[in-house]
Amino acid sequence: MSAFGAGARSFRRAAVTLLIAAALYEATARSGYFAAALLPTLPAVAHALWAMLMDGTMLRHASYTLYRVMFGLGLAVAVGLPLGILMGRIPAVEHFFLPLVSVLMPIPSLAWVPVFILWFGLGNVTTILIVFYAATFPMLLNAWSGVRSVNPLWMRAAGAMGANGQSLFWKVIIPGASPFIITGFRQAFLRSWIAVVGAEMIAASAWGLGWVIFDAKEFLNADIMLASLAVIGCIGFGFERLVFGSLERATVLRWGMVRTAKG
Amino acid sequence: MLHIDVDNVSLLYDTPAGRVSGVHEASFGMEESEFLCIVGPSGCGKSTLLNIIAGFLAPTSGEIRIGGKVVTGHGMDRGIVFQDFAQLFPWRTALENVAFGLEMKGVAKAAREEIALKQLQLVKLEKFARSYPHHLSGGMQQRVAIARALAYDPALLLMDEPFAALDAMTRDEMQRLLAEVWRETRKTVIYVTHNVAEAVYLADRVVVMTPHPGTVKTEVPIRLSRPRDPLSVEFLEHQKQLMRHLSEQAAKV
Repeated sequence: MSAFGAGARSFRRAAVTLLIAAALYEATARSGYFAAALLPTLPAVAHALWAMLMDGTMLRHASYTLYRVMFGLGLAVAVGLPLGILMGRIPAVEHFFLPLVSVLMPIPSLAWVPVFILWFGLGNVTTILIVFYAATFPMLLNAWSGVRSVNPLWMRAAGAMGANGQSLFWKVIIPGASPFIITGFRQAFLRSWIAVVGAEMIAASAWGLGWVIFDAKEFLNADIMLASLAVIGCIGFGFERLVFGSLERATVLRWGMVRTAKG
Repeated sequence: MLHIDVDNVSLLYDTPAGRVSGVHEASFGMEESEFLCIVGPSGCGKSTLLNIIAGFLAPTSGEIRIGGKVVTGHGMDRGIVFQDFAQLFPWRTALENVAFGLEMKGVAKAAREEIALKQLQLVKLEKFARSYPHHLSGGMQQRVAIARALAYDPALLLMDEPFAALDAMTRDEMQRLLAEVWRETRKTVIYVTHNVAEAVYLADRVVVMTPHPGTVKTEVPIRLSRPRDPLSVEFLEHQKQLMRHLSEQAAKV
């Protein structure tokens, strides 16, 4: 079985599942038991989506959301990745930060939204910081486990071949930890994507995919809400598959360091 | 002056049950270009001794001299091949793995790849230079590991049961290949194994170690002409002699 054949088959299977789910929804929406304003039919949702795509508002909402995610995720990687690596390498750093991480990590990022609004007001700063909060921990924890899981045999072999300090770090520890680090990127992105929508509902003003859903509620625009949800799902799925999927294929999958995920 | 001098080396471990002797007053010397096998049952301290020679462990007493210089920690005068296939870096191709030591020495990319390719030719893997380790069989991975350990031209090659995890047929093939590589490179080799036939096939001299405490029991020179025939009477005679040394001490325990 070629990889392409397997890919096409899993694509077909996914399409069948989605079509059945869509048909069930459509049947429910047309059954007459629910108000059309609350449960719009799929053509109505598609129409709303098309209108928003055409007048450019959807693009603008999505751009705002993506900007916040990328900014927050960038900060999270800039802090979580080096800190996780240091925690994995230096016991003193681990001992100092581990209690802090253990206490902060279980707090849902959205629980911070009201506090951050008090401190930073509505808008980009608060939403970006919420994303940063949500993404930092998966990045940090994966980098930390990755560094600790580097095969000691690689370290020995590299040491015997004259590697030390810098070269050991860049040529053995970082590539050796890469399966975990890439998983960290992936999880951090997913967490940010979830967090940004929640944060925008409460803390954004005028733009953002989360905000547009919350705003549409005021006017009973269920079609706009569902259209925005579809866009959120598609962008998240696309990033996860395209960006992180290709990163994985170019590195750890090519090196045989992780098994191919099914589906 | 001896090329390699293992001089009265002991290692004590601290365990919850008290101090345990891993290696006890082990001594032997080696000439340049000699192939020495260390044979003994598991727990006799042969791998521990190899790790001390490699510089991964510091002896409690005694010392090891390579070309008159006392060993303190690992260094590029020694190349090491481990038993575990996972010793190769999975993120580097076979060629990049072999070139690693030269890269650490600061050899330019073109020059180190040329040397690495020659080393891969030596182990007959030049066709797989651009393959990643996970696409190679266990035997091929060990051949890459041998090429990698030889690439930066160490004075001494240390091998810790490199073929023990291979199936019997591949192992025979590997032993023939190693004997050929040794004939061409004339490296000084210390090879640890529990396989008596392997020792007789490869070694100029066999050091027999015994456990509790791990110490050198005797040395047996193997003066058979090469390439050796494992089915010849002399070969079997040497094998029997080594087996006798090993079973004597097994009977004592």
